[in-house]
Amino acid sequence: MAALGSTAPNNLLTTQGLSRNFGGLQAVSNVNFDLPEGQIRALIGPNGAGKTTFVGMLCGRISASAGRVAFLGEDVTMLPAHKRISRGMAYTFQITSIFGRLSLRENVALAVRRRLAGNPDQVQGEVENALSRVGLLDRADQTADDLSYGHQRLLEIAMGLGQKPRLLILDEPTQGLADSEIADFKNLIRSMAGQTTILLIEHNMDVVMEMADFITVLNFGEILAEGSPEQIHANADVQAAYLGTG
Amino acid sequence: MSDIRKSLVLHGGLIALLLLLGFVLPAYHHGNLARVMVLAVYAMGYNVLFGYTGLLSLGHAMFFAAGMYGMGLTIQHLGFSAEAALLTGVVAAFVLSTVVGLLALRTTGVAFMIVTLMFAQTGYLVVLYFGEWTRGDEGFVIQKASRVIAGIDVSDPGNRYLAALALFAICLWIILKLVQAPFGKVLIAIRENEDRARMLGYDIFRHKLIAVIVSGTISGTAGAFYGLLFGYTGASFATVQYSIFPLLWVLLGGAGTVTGPLVGALFMFYLIDITSGLTSAYMLFAGIALVLLTLFARQGLVGEIRRRFAPWLP
Amino acid sequence: MDFGPYLLLASLEGAVQSAVLALTAVGLSLVFGTMRVVNVAHGEFFMLGAVLAWWVTTFVGLHPAVGFIVALVVAPLAAGVIAAAADLTVLKRLKYDPESTIVATIGILYIIQQVVLMTYGPDARPVQAPFSHRFYTPWFGYSSYKLFVIGIAILLLLGVWVLMAKTRIGLILRATQLDREMAQAFGIPVERVYALVFGLGAALAAMAAVLIVPIQQAHYLMGGDPLLLSFIVVIIGGLGSLMGTVVAAVLIGMSDGIISVFFTPTLAKILATLLVAFVLIFRPNGLFGKRSS
Repeated sequence: MAALGSTAPNNLLTTQGLSRNFGGLQAVSNVNFDLPEGQIRALIGPNGAGKTTFVGMLCGRISASAGRVAFLGEDVTMLPAHKRISRGMAYTFQITSIFGRLSLRENVALAVRRRLAGNPDQVQGEVENALSRVGLLDRADQTADDLSYGHQRLLEIAMGLGQKPRLLILDEPTQGLADSEIADFKNLIRSMAGQTTILLIEHNMDVVMEMADFITVLNFGEILAEGSPEQIHANADVQAAYLGTG
Repeated sequence: MSDIRKSLVLHGGLIALLLLLGFVLPAYHHGNLARVMVLAVYAMGYNVLFGYTGLLSLGHAMFFAAGMYGMGLTIQHLGFSAEAALLTGVVAAFVLSTVVGLLALRTTGVAFMIVTLMFAQTGYLVVLYFGEWTRGDEGFVIQKASRVIAGIDVSDPGNRYLAALALFAICLWIILKLVQAPFGKVLIAIRENEDRARMLGYDIFRHKLIAVIVSGTISGTAGAFYGLLFGYTGASFATVQYSIFPLLWVLLGGAGTVTGPLVGALFMFYLIDITSGLTSAYMLFAGIALVLLTLFARQGLVGEIRRRFAPWLP
Repeated sequence: MDFGPYLLLASLEGAVQSAVLALTAVGLSLVFGTMRVVNVAHGEFFMLGAVLAWWVTTFVGLHPAVGFIVALVVAPLAAGVIAAAADLTVLKRLKYDPESTIVATIGILYIIQQVVLMTYGPDARPVQAPFSHRFYTPWFGYSSYKLFVIGIAILLLLGVWVLMAKTRIGLILRATQLDREMAQAFGIPVERVYALVFGLGAALAAMAAVLIVPIQQAHYLMGGDPLLLSFIVVIIGGLGSLMGTVVAAVLIGMSDGIISVFFTPTLAKILATLLVAFVLIFRPNGLFGKRSS
């Protein structure tokens, strides 16, 4: 399949004219988006800007009304979500979605097994690796429902790590976390920098400014601005869009 | 002892116990237990879909009946040997479950339940419609002479029990392997959180379809064997009531456990056996059991044991 | 009889079936529309209405009309109370989870059916119509009672419509249907509303059965067909749509007569059940419900 979008050869993910409307409401409008490999990208914007809809179209949970999505150089616009995931995307939900009645070990194992079904020992090794990276190894045999909300979010990230994805999409990962947990989260992201491409939807500007290599700002379903954290911080349009909040 | 070994000891021990009982039980209970073992296979098939994948079918009698009639009609009207007839029954159930799966899995939740109910009801009515061959509600007896598998006469109670036990043991082994394998773990994941399972990259539809086919084929195999071993094929096995039974047995014994279906089938069989001696309204107890189970003990007997004492139980 | 008069006769018979079916199905539809649960025991409340009508008319004696009027009040009331009790003791505890509710109502189905079997017995028994007047067309005589049934059914359906559309109670029901949490936030006692709706649904079915029992007989297994037919009507008409339910009931009730000319009852039932399945698979909002995007 022909590659789309920017000719830069190391673009992991590209969209061209991506749009979505719900009846009369245009949620996402003609977005051209390029994500180079290895970058930590933040996607920000006021509530209702279309961030979750846009990301939904990237991973396949929402179908596009118009436009194309390319991942790893191939057009995936028509591909269902599970196929995109198996090609190397991982996604954590805005409201944490894990297997509450199963153990932490089994939660991560399910994520790992899709790649490594044949080899149970190898699976366990990778499970323990992922759990230790988020600091939950000592609780591996606990039931996921028994964890605090913050720890459940970390578990979900561990599941993402277990998939060894090319692209990790995190939807508001720090929401509901205590400050110490956010600090741990930042360390975790730093440890992944360079190996995994990360797309972060975030409202926490502190995290965004500190972690992101590059920021895309959405407003009313369109890209309002793109740039480095310093550039976005200084951008008057962005400040106006947020009206001082965030 | 590792979980896998504990499981082997438990289930191996169960088969050994059933084998022993085959030699010591008095005739009445001997025949009952043979029946219960085959019905447990029906329930185990149902459990794959309901207990492990989380899909509630209200029409599994159609698979049981497909197996039964696939066997019965070919023996009766086409003169098939017992082996060929059994195989036909299994294939019939396989084909039906594939078709039903492809159609019904386009719906979810309540709609899925009603669609399976409607398909099963259609199956029952079709059996009645072709009454010329099926003899409808009255059914027909399978001649003793036909009931010979590989040279062994299964109308003899001793052989019949061993055949039922063999079927049960093989099915038990298949299910154990299935739920402990990665595929089985994905089914559980789909039951627990389908969306999450999808976003881990699993093809949900394919997994559900395979679950329906495995479930329907196992249930149909039970039907084929039941008809042959007990020498009768009839429309009562295709009714809504016969679709409710495996749900009841699995709920009672423990949905999502391997031994639960046998426990549930055994318990309900004897409950009905005893109460039908007292009143013709014995289904009242089935009704009460269903309500109480949904209210207070969704885990069922084995499920509660697993929850409280033995989390390693598959 | 010539074709014309035969058609008229078939239409009248169809109208009676439609009337009773509409009433029964509306009961099922109300419950699903407001509470989002499927009451598989619905047919048994219908049967309960018929059996209670027999008890009452037998107990009261006197002129059949007197017993009948008492039955018309008592049977739906009793069925409604039993249903409301079932809702408060069982369904509420299950938090109206769709799958658990279906399993529990299957249990309730067997409980009601078997208790009736134990007390009323397995026989079918007739109930005398309140009056036995016949009116005569140029071609045939027809029971006025059947026309009475059609009339009462129409009145009751209008009553339900007025209740839902014009009264405060109807407003509360519709609000709860639209947004349960919001209704609760506005102080609407949602759980009591649910018990009321569940009871009302059962009462409508029982009422329909009281109307039809002088024409059929009361039997403990008579709930099966009305259940299936109500399902068909509600699903084809669009779950939760009252208008769709009534239209579908008329369609199915009227065509039942015509279909049984061409197909055997069994084949007709086969087609009907398959129709429900395929509508659910390919047109889940029914033929009248809103299309989802």
